[in-house]
Amino acid sequence: MTAAKADAARLRDPAAVPRLILTVGIIVVLWPGFRLTEFDLGVLFDPRNREIMGRFVGTFFPLATSAEFLRLILKATLETLAIATAGMALALLIASPLALIVTRSLSISRIGPGYGFAAGRLLRLPARFILMFLRSIPEIVWALLFVRAVGLGPAAGVLAIGVTYGGMLGKVYSEILEAGDTRPTTALLEAGGSRLTAFFYGMWPVALPELVSYTVYRWECAVRASVIMGFVGAGGLGQQMELSMRMLSGGEVSTILLTFLLLVVLADAVSAFLRKVTA
Amino acid sequence: MRLVHWLVLAALLAVTWASFAFLSLDLGSLLTGEARAQMWKYVVSFFPPDMSAEYLVRIGHGTLETIAISAIGTAVAAVLGLALALPASGRFGAVPRAVARLILNFLRSIPDLVWAALMVMAAGLGPFAGTLALAWHTAGVIGRLFAETLENAPTEPAQALRLSGSRQSLAFLYGTLPNVVPQLVAYSLYRWEINIRMAAILGVVGAGGLGQMLYFSLSLFQQKQALTVIIAMLLLVVIVDGASAWLRRRLAD
Amino acid sequence: MSIKLDQVSLVHPNGHRAVGNVSFEIDSGERVAIIGPSGAGKTTLLRLLATALRPSAGEIRILGDDPWRVGRGVLRELRCRVGMVHQAPPIPPRQRVVTAVLAGRLGRWPLWKGLASLVYPVDIEGARQMLARMEIADKLFERCDRLSGGQLQRVGVARILYQQPDLLLTDEPVSAVDPALSDRVIGELNSEAIERGVTLVASLHAVDLALHWFPRIIGIRGGEIAFDLPPARVTDAMLKDLYASEAAVPTQTNAPLAMQPTGIRRKPMCS
Repeated sequence: MTAAKADAARLRDPAAVPRLILTVGIIVVLWPGFRLTEFDLGVLFDPRNREIMGRFVGTFFPLATSAEFLRLILKATLETLAIATAGMALALLIASPLALIVTRSLSISRIGPGYGFAAGRLLRLPARFILMFLRSIPEIVWALLFVRAVGLGPAAGVLAIGVTYGGMLGKVYSEILEAGDTRPTTALLEAGGSRLTAFFYGMWPVALPELVSYTVYRWECAVRASVIMGFVGAGGLGQQMELSMRMLSGGEVSTILLTFLLLVVLADAVSAFLRKVTA
Repeated sequence: MRLVHWLVLAALLAVTWASFAFLSLDLGSLLTGEARAQMWKYVVSFFPPDMSAEYLVRIGHGTLETIAISAIGTAVAAVLGLALALPASGRFGAVPRAVARLILNFLRSIPDLVWAALMVMAAGLGPFAGTLALAWHTAGVIGRLFAETLENAPTEPAQALRLSGSRQSLAFLYGTLPNVVPQLVAYSLYRWEINIRMAAILGVVGAGGLGQMLYFSLSLFQQKQALTVIIAMLLLVVIVDGASAWLRRRLAD
Repeated sequence: MSIKLDQVSLVHPNGHRAVGNVSFEIDSGERVAIIGPSGAGKTTLLRLLATALRPSAGEIRILGDDPWRVGRGVLRELRCRVGMVHQAPPIPPRQRVVTAVLAGRLGRWPLWKGLASLVYPVDIEGARQMLARMEIADKLFERCDRLSGGQLQRVGVARILYQQPDLLLTDEPVSAVDPALSDRVIGELNSEAIERGVTLVASLHAVDLALHWFPRIIGIRGGEIAFDLPPARVTDAMLKDLYASEAAVPTQTNAPLAMQPTGIRRKPMCS
């Protein structure tokens, strides 16, 4: 009797209950998700929506290729590139000093620990916090805020990229600097060198290629970001696309999309070239 | 530094200067006394953030909506991505493979936010548009990764099952899928993490979640509410970052 | 007639001739051991019998059919009746033993049953019985990557026992099993063949096992048959001659088929 019971118990799949719980758990978690997102594929086939979308998509071809429109697109593309580049310049201005402050291996007071150790930490902490704050708010939110502060147009885009990417660059720069060999720097500091001396003679030569490579890579991202930010009015291709969408002119939208894809490929090529030349 | 480096540096400086000139940016004008005073007024108008219980409840709802958009969007994308990855990994011949890859590339190259703007037109304002937008873009990204995984999976188990007379579909389920499931799950979770951040901002084009709340409150000049939304976004990002770092450390052990 | 090979050759795409001009017949219910040095073509020969490889020349008949002349449906039915134990068991590492064993009958199951078994194993008792014959019934719900090499090979044998084919093919089924258990496994394969009156063809590296259990021994070397005799007439000299040119390096590795999740490359992302 008991042996038979044990036999029966052994022959029940022990994974069945955990699997059931997992499945039910996933459904229980996802079900309210479907409710919250108002998930309803029927909406797509709602005759009104379908008519608007159908008319819109129907106009995707042929592409809009009037000389006037192409000139407009060329200007918007250049604007996008200029926003990315100017934004990166601003980001560098923000990131470099903060990275120097944050980098621990550049701290003079840590040797010992000597005079000003606590003060040094007190300075590093807010710098770290500023970097985190700058990069944790998405660039498009910064763009929204700046559009309201300085008005529609590329200035808001430049500021948004400068601020967000400043935060990112600052953090990554200090990581790169700390990951390198710190012995030359420490030696210079111990020999009485200043922070900047130690940086330029101890770290700069070693870390430069990686710093450049990351900056160039980030520029590539900035090009994409500046297109996206146009949607909230920060200039460039995105703003143009938003206008075309609002006017339901599909041909213009598809032309802009194609331009965007070409721009991404181009930015990729440029950044690969720059990284090769500077490596 | 070699000559090339100097040349590159000079070119970069020239391009940067040209950029500022082209945009006719005068960042200096932002630093004049009047502009500074105005800017200060703008910044001050955000404080204090609206922490009334009523608004916090709405923020909580917006946060949940954001997480739901990302979760459902990623789940739909995983299903869609797998459906496209099967032909894209060359299981049904060369033509379906090429077609599936073309579709995947198309889905992937259009950024989430553009998808969101398109979906707002197709499905109206609200979280459903955001969910669809994430689903399309992520399906493209994830489908390519899935296809690579399927191509790299060992073929012997499924082949052995075919040799003992199993039909192809069952051979795939019993022989190939168990090998690739962990990788597929890892990719999906990783994309979900990215999509939470994305879902928080898709709303600025009207696709639901915290982004839409931010857009509305800024449009209505309710800066105090806007700051609350921004704080919620910040917390969400920081928590997701921390959780994912913690989880990866745990899984690495 | 269970198997008939007539002047069968197999040349690999790289030009290597693995099997050359081999002819033999095996009757229903016969039990045959194939022995020979590494690289002699044992695996290739078995893969020809398992309809995994198509001969470059010659004619082959398995269970009365020419597998390369019949239609897809007939071939699939034929393959259901042929079971092969591979040296490195082709079982996904994360699969559970019970699922791996039940997969033996996928060819005979309708689609719904195969799908249902993924949700809940449809024949736990059947799988357990086959595993008990291999003395690993306690591993029923274990994951395959938690087993030792020898245990995994025995799971592979259990799968074929569960499949109940009319032609049992085993390629070095005990290469990773310790000697005492090897005897047990080969014994079980033999008694299965005798009880159900089906054909068993096994390639074996361990000559003593072959001579002890099988009434017919085929020695092959360089892709050709060296001798085809009952064990009593296989002399030491023949064996010495057969293994004289054995290469030091085995041709097959027992490499696991595991696919580790390659950590996701965290290359800097824009978002």
